[in-house]
Amino acid sequence: MDFLNAIVALSNFVLVPAIAYGSQLALGALGVTLIYGILRFSNFAHGDTMAFGTMVTILFTWWFQSMRISAGPLPTALLALPFGIAGCALLVLFTDRAVYKFYRAQKAKPVIFVIVSLGVMFIMNGLVRFIIGVDDQRFADGERFIISVRTFKEMTGLDEGLAIKTTQGITVVTAVIVVALLFYFLNRTRTGKSMRAYSDNEDLALLSGINPERVVMVTWLIVAALATIAGVLYGLDKSFKPFVYFQLLLPIFAAAIVGGLGNPLGAIAGGFTIAFSEVTITYAWKKVAVYLLPESLEPSGLVQLLSTDYKFAVSFVILLIVLLIKPTGLFAGKSV
Amino acid sequence: MTDTMRNILYFGFVALLILGTGIFSSWNSALFILNFGLISAIMALGVNLQWGFAGLFNVGIMGFVALGGLATVLVSMPPTPGAWAAGGTGILLALILGAATIVAAVLAYARLPVGKLRAVGVIAVLVIGFFVYRSVFDPAVGAVEAVNPALEGYLGGLGLPILIAWPVGGLFAAGAAWLIGKTALGLRSDYLAIATLGIAEIIIAVMKNEDWLARGVKNVSGLPRPAPYEIDLQNDAGFVESATRLGFDPVTASTLWVKLIYAGLFAVVLVVLFVLVQRALHSPWGRMMRAIRDNEVAAEAMGKDVTARHLQVFVLGSAICGIAGAMMTTLDGQLTPGTYQPLRFTFLVWVMVIVGGSGNNLGAVLGGFLIWWLWVMVEPIGLSLMQFFTSGMADGYWLKDHLMESAAHMRLLTMGVVLLLVLRFSPRGLIPER
Repeated sequence: MDFLNAIVALSNFVLVPAIAYGSQLALGALGVTLIYGILRFSNFAHGDTMAFGTMVTILFTWWFQSMRISAGPLPTALLALPFGIAGCALLVLFTDRAVYKFYRAQKAKPVIFVIVSLGVMFIMNGLVRFIIGVDDQRFADGERFIISVRTFKEMTGLDEGLAIKTTQGITVVTAVIVVALLFYFLNRTRTGKSMRAYSDNEDLALLSGINPERVVMVTWLIVAALATIAGVLYGLDKSFKPFVYFQLLLPIFAAAIVGGLGNPLGAIAGGFTIAFSEVTITYAWKKVAVYLLPESLEPSGLVQLLSTDYKFAVSFVILLIVLLIKPTGLFAGKSV
Repeated sequence: MTDTMRNILYFGFVALLILGTGIFSSWNSALFILNFGLISAIMALGVNLQWGFAGLFNVGIMGFVALGGLATVLVSMPPTPGAWAAGGTGILLALILGAATIVAAVLAYARLPVGKLRAVGVIAVLVIGFFVYRSVFDPAVGAVEAVNPALEGYLGGLGLPILIAWPVGGLFAAGAAWLIGKTALGLRSDYLAIATLGIAEIIIAVMKNEDWLARGVKNVSGLPRPAPYEIDLQNDAGFVESATRLGFDPVTASTLWVKLIYAGLFAVVLVVLFVLVQRALHSPWGRMMRAIRDNEVAAEAMGKDVTARHLQVFVLGSAICGIAGAMMTTLDGQLTPGTYQPLRFTFLVWVMVIVGGSGNNLGAVLGGFLIWWLWVMVEPIGLSLMQFFTSGMADGYWLKDHLMESAAHMRLLTMGVVLLLVLRFSPRGLIPER
């Protein structure tokens, strides 16, 4: 019984949140890694792209709510998501036309692209703050829990409860669908294959008649969709705050690099690696330890390795270790 | 028009901007802009050393600046009575144990044979070391933070003059930069960017959470000053007399005088650092740096140790940022870890360097002043613009309220637009590299 309780406590506080967070990071890292693979630079504006897409979604959510359109037990934001993606896609396509295209034509060095993306980051960040402000916005509605602690306890008769929030369920389901679609697209369709070809060897791809501008456009569309979905899922699960999205850049980049920049499979693995390490290292293990250890050994403190304020440190340390030991990432990504 | 003429024009224009602020707004705000402009110029010099000379992409400036700020507290605040006795030695011991653990882990990694034994050995060393460290560290921290928590609750500093903290801040930043450079330099340039971004966030997180060090988010205020206090000047008969003789009222005169003293101190530091980096740029060392920047492979073929030179310049540039950080905290008179924002401390400095002209020290200084002025003035300008645009709307109309409220966020937008415009139309900056 104690053992079951320990497992339930573990799932409630570590596994479920980490899986949801990992899915969100994986989606974000997929966007970063795609841009890196196709456009060959690290996009510092990615966090703010996520924030912009999420903001558009929130605005539509509010509009739908005011018209009393809802998705029943599901959050209204899911209905608004396509509009958010469309808004975000318009913005990134516009930035590509107005900003990045010039440097692509010049064949500028990657680091110039990175600096340009800093400028884009400033502008997007400013836009988001300008339109929606800097405050916390909560926009989750509908049913709050798939299983609440009380129902779980009644069902199983255990002391520990397990709560699965609707948003967590939605996150995982959406992430699985999106990733499946993405891999189908990249591996099976003609456009997807041309994207991979372009990423592997630009010159060869151009020689075989692949239109680079089209590849770039499709990439931005996919990135806009991934960023908006990742941002909305994160916002539903926690809350929307522009500055937090900017800070998400670090774990997202860490996930992409740990997995191997430019490698989509690696981005997913990296996302979960980072999420699980963050949650396990900052979780207070006392609750689990109490069930597992005999009474004499019970810990007096919280058994928390690091306080939650240091969660960035965790992703960073993992990043450093990977850089030191295997600079190309877990799944061999692009060059060193 | 010669280069010198153009430079004089640019700097004259910036001087006009600051003087104009003094005439149309107030001399206090003009001196405020001047002081922070001097500090920004120093930061821009540091970043220019890394980016302009060596092409290193550092986005962790905020962290180095914050370390400089930390140095002011650790050097200049008086030691907290009783705190050292309560837990100071414990904390020191714990830190030594923690460092020893890391050294032991590295040694184990190097000495043990490759395979399972090595993995298990390293992990065992780390886990055991971590728990030993925490068992010493936690009670000591608890004891220190219990000492008069409302006012102190931290170890305090050494009680030395605050000017000593400036070079110490540079040393702190240099140490952090060495650690980062050792791991991330030599890998692709993006990795250095991510690594510096990360270390900056971690430095801020440590400063916010380790209350025993510098009180965390409770802030340390009342740092000693290198300049006299305004109130003392106002009570000083001689000062009041000379102020009235010059036609100032004593209160304004005292605030201006204090700001001028700071400006003088900062200007000395700026000039010294400027001469040093200018000499470095035109020395064989500087030529080697630029050769490495322009073609790493060729430089390596000529027998230059690229990674070591990169590490060197990275440490030096970060040290300059650390000095600037210490100066800024000195000017503020308090350390507030909560106010360190990457957009303000990292990316703004980047805009300064790019706009001023990367690779040119004079350009970096110009960019520091110009962009700082813009950063301060965009908000009032944006507000009056918004007032103009919304003047046709009725008071209380939601759009008007919203627009007026968001005028404060014009800053980031403007900086982004300025950066993109300069990169696009004048990528070498206002004063290009020769």
